[in-house]
Amino acid sequence: MIDFLFGPFVEFSFMRRALVGCLALSLSAPPIGVFLMLRRMSLMTEAMSHAILPGAAAGFLVAGLSLPAMTLGGLTAGLAVALLAGFVTRRTGIKEDASLAAFYLISLAGGVLLVSLRGSQVDLLHILFGSVLALDDPALWLLGGIATVTLVGLAALYRPLVMECVDPQFLRIVSRAGGPVHYAFLGLVVMNLVGGFQALGTLLAVGLMILPAVATRFWAIDLAGLLPLSVAFAMAASLIGLELAYHADLPTGPAIVLSAGLIYLGSLLLGPQGGLVRRLFRRRHLEA
Amino acid sequence: MGLVNAASDGGAAGAIALRGLTLGYDRHPAVHHLEGVIVGGSLLAVVGPNGAGKSTLLKGIVGEIPCLEGEIERRPAGEAVAYLPQAGEIDRTFPLRVLDLVAMGLWAQLGPWRSLLPHRSILMRALAAVGLVGFEHRPMGTLSGGQFQRALFARLIVQDARIILLDEPFTGVDGQTSADLLALIGAWHAEGRTVVAALHDLTQVRGHFPDTLLLAREPVAWGPTASVLTPANLARAQALSEAWDEDAPVCDRGHAHHQGHDHAQNRVDHAHIPVDHAHEHHDHRGTAA
Repeated sequence: MIDFLFGPFVEFSFMRRALVGCLALSLSAPPIGVFLMLRRMSLMTEAMSHAILPGAAAGFLVAGLSLPAMTLGGLTAGLAVALLAGFVTRRTGIKEDASLAAFYLISLAGGVLLVSLRGSQVDLLHILFGSVLALDDPALWLLGGIATVTLVGLAALYRPLVMECVDPQFLRIVSRAGGPVHYAFLGLVVMNLVGGFQALGTLLAVGLMILPAVATRFWAIDLAGLLPLSVAFAMAASLIGLELAYHADLPTGPAIVLSAGLIYLGSLLLGPQGGLVRRLFRRRHLEA
Repeated sequence: MGLVNAASDGGAAGAIALRGLTLGYDRHPAVHHLEGVIVGGSLLAVVGPNGAGKSTLLKGIVGEIPCLEGEIERRPAGEAVAYLPQAGEIDRTFPLRVLDLVAMGLWAQLGPWRSLLPHRSILMRALAAVGLVGFEHRPMGTLSGGQFQRALFARLIVQDARIILLDEPFTGVDGQTSADLLALIGAWHAEGRTVVAALHDLTQVRGHFPDTLLLAREPVAWGPTASVLTPANLARAQALSEAWDEDAPVCDRGHAHHQGHDHAQNRVDHAHIPVDHAHEHHDHRGTAA
């Protein structure tokens, strides 16, 4: 049994690297996802991952399959879209989802145009599903660096970020921090998506960010519970996914995301905070 | 711990001077040429029909919307303001405990990083003052409307501001809660804070607010409550309150302002009361047209 569980990682270095990369992403992406979920922006990640693609494609066209070039391109495109959407939202009455949709579509169309102009067959499937099993040193450094920056950034932004989510008007009146905090948070979102999809593919990056976060809503009632639990769920999904992929010979990225999906479905059924089973078998009400 | 209501020059701390103030949306004025001083330490009710500009005035004072014309001066400059909006932007589904909601009021002292722990007793005292002892660990989403309003008052207490603006604080709140919160407002007044509240319930205003500003986009009357809330003034406010004229011509009153008052019909004679004579603002009541 122990051999069954640990064997793949003891035996193969690519499995160890995959595990380390996924655990690093599990540390940074899910807390971001918790805040996105609470801001009703869960689907924003999907849009953002599309917004990033053209930038990465442009990087690929210029420099080939190079991690720095594609990361830089993705970061540029992602930040441009996030900041423009954030700017429009803060300066006009337009809701964030609408302005984001507008800018990501522009970015995506521009990217497709760019790729088709060069007539190159960028391996988009590679970008979509990544290559967890081929993480090299620079990719691991990138993921580790992103996790570090994200955790430090979230700790520094935590209080104003929570206030921005709960009562943006109040924060506006007592402080000027609202704007910078909003932009910094969007920057963290983009960074995690870019880092994640470079190493692991957009599906995995978005999946590890959102699914564990949404699952925690069925277990915890405040951020002190939601944030650590989301990290734990993501780590569990990474481990289960890698084991599944190895033993059942499945593609790794989808296996990890499906594991996170299973954790979500399990939470949906069994979670004490509004889970379906709990709703079916209601306990008698209290006296007061 | 009463704040000292220092100067008698009308520049008392917590005073708010409104000079030729016009506030509005899309160039259409919602508050039109308002002139006068809210004396530091006064307890002022802002009354008027729906759409009279009560909320707009409070938003203007707190800085949520820019002045179309004129200016607002808080004394001393930049004095902190605590503001309770009518329908705030608070996301009540956010998983936050009541104590953390109230703790937001400490932002001015703590900023983003300083620890909350040494200030816990302040928070507990504020919760006790609004009758929410035992609620500190409840998620804010589980509070009833009245309890939530109490929690927001606790946050105002914690903010400890010299100027407090309340926009219809008793809407949808039961009698007992209103009475408790009115008592809190009375205590703030006794401490020398400036309290301005937009209100609809005239009985409440007559019972608890020494001064009243009757607003119908134009200021109709401003002074001691009894002399402001007369049937004649109220009828005039009602008559004035209509009309969002899409094609309204450009108002040149602000520019004519310094030459004379030939255009002054349905409004307070907003005489050029210098801010330094703010204590005279009780003379500043409505002139029947």
